Amino acid sequence: MIETEGLWKSFRGRKATVEAVRGVDLSVQEGEVFGFLGPNGAGKTTTLRILATLVPPDKGRATVAGIDLRRSAGQVRRNIGYVAQAGGTWDQVSAREELILQARLFGIHKGEARRRATDAIEAFELTDFADRHCKTYSGGQRRRVDIALGVLHRPKVLFLDEPTAGLDPQSRAHVWAEVRRLRADGMTVFVTTHYMDEADALCDRVAIIDQGTIVAEGSPDELKREIAGDVVTLGVNGAAEKATDLLRTEPYVRRVEPADAMLVPARPNSPAATQLRLYVDEGGTAIPQILRLLEGAGLHLASIELHRPSLDDVFLEKTGRSLREVGD
Amino acid sequence: MYKLGRDSWLVFARQMGLLLRSPAWVFVGIMQPLFFLLLFGPLLKSIPGIGGNPYRFFIPGLLIQLSIFSGLFVGFSLIAELRLGIIERMRVTPVSRLALLIGRAASTVLLLLVQGILLVVVALPFGLTVQIGPLLLTLALLALIALGFSSVSYAIALWLKSEDALAPLLNLLSLPLLLLAGVFLPMDRGPRWLLRLSQFNPFKWATDASRALFAGHPGDPSVWKALIILGAVAVIGVTWAARSFARAVR
Repeated sequence: MIETEGLWKSFRGRKATVEAVRGVDLSVQEGEVFGFLGPNGAGKTTTLRILATLVPPDKGRATVAGIDLRRSAGQVRRNIGYVAQAGGTWDQVSAREELILQARLFGIHKGEARRRATDAIEAFELTDFADRHCKTYSGGQRRRVDIALGVLHRPKVLFLDEPTAGLDPQSRAHVWAEVRRLRADGMTVFVTTHYMDEADALCDRVAIIDQGTIVAEGSPDELKREIAGDVVTLGVNGAAEKATDLLRTEPYVRRVEPADAMLVPARPNSPAATQLRLYVDEGGTAIPQILRLLEGAGLHLASIELHRPSLDDVFLEKTGRSLREVGD
Repeated sequence: MYKLGRDSWLVFARQMGLLLRSPAWVFVGIMQPLFFLLLFGPLLKSIPGIGGNPYRFFIPGLLIQLSIFSGLFVGFSLIAELRLGIIERMRVTPVSRLALLIGRAASTVLLLLVQGILLVVVALPFGLTVQIGPLLLTLALLALIALGFSSVSYAIALWLKSEDALAPLLNLLSLPLLLLAGVFLPMDRGPRWLLRLSQFNPFKWATDASRALFAGHPGDPSVWKALIILGAVAVIGVTWAARSFARAVR
């Protein structure tokens, strides 16, 4: 449904040229929810905007819904829906008016546009507020209106830019439900997100972009399996430096990182760290060895915790940063 | 062509709907020239070189001022729409890029014409006289100014994308244009260099033409000159803005 090959885009700023997207290759299948993850400035939104015909790429090839993006952007527009993070409704009009106008901008005639607006109001449960001015809506209500606007013309592909950023948990769940419903109708959904649990719960496949290139692509389970082994979190009570030095040379430990200072991976020995994150081959056999080693060196552990790798661990491994923290 | 017309109509209808929903702005737009008419007009009676009735001198100029301002400041609403993501939402639809401009500019022109006619009607009891033919020509002139300047304003707004940058630039632009148009006082009474300078201002020609039309001289050379000059300004403005609207997406 979406194929890209060597997408490239740089922006010339006042001081330097920023290469936002540097050779992105993607393949999104029909009918899947595809998650696009990456820290801020990784090229996530630029890639989305290229695919949504808003920014022409400098180099590379892309087809969306089987149509060449660079040759027939106009045709692509008829087959995609796009929901920006900022939304796109005017304060002094109602959702119903925006929906009717949106349908008409796609060349749908008046009667049909009204009918579709009414259908969308029902399907997205907007009835209670559809005739009030948009400025009165809550964040969750506004977001549902935005998504309804994006799919009114029944596109083959829907692009969602951070659809749940800043929403309360209930509204997030509501948006997830809408996305699942759209997928059940056969729509392909391309979604960027900062939330790992969102990507895990919602997406059939994800790609991680960092510094303008794709560093990982696959289903959440595949990616988690890629970091074979387990993650052990140790409470080290400020003795992070010593514990790191001890553990680093052990054969069953693959990597040691401070778990609560993930934004500064360049300083793994940060004395401020109270928790360490260990990537180990096999948690069950590693824990007794860790305990023996640290106790033997006179270090007292506050806690020890074993868990299967999450998408956040995948992200951390691939980019060296935690998405949870760079998210906001 | 059908699509352009239809899309322009959609954008125009939306803009008119929004305009009617914030009647405060329509009201202010009408009140400002009325203030000039009531609070400034009487002062002109004692100024030499204006002729018998100052309103016959002043109203044609005031109409030009009205059209400059109603055109020039429309960029602000576009910036608000850019910020809210509305322009982007429309760019991802197959709507004609030119229609995004034409629909907006047309709503500005219509509002201006209504304001202009209102101003003329209010001024009639003060002794303003005008024939219907020259009045229509004047309105055409005003429409050209509003079309050209709203386009220029949109193009600048798309370029700057910020109210903070747009406001000072427009103020910088509008004041000399207005003063050099001779809206308030006759330019030919001033020093020669000022008059020369004013002749490079398209709106000086518009003001002269507007006065000639209200005086009942539609054959005055200033009339066809103004129509040509401001027609050219409108063409340049619309072309520039249309290119700006289309640039980011092809």
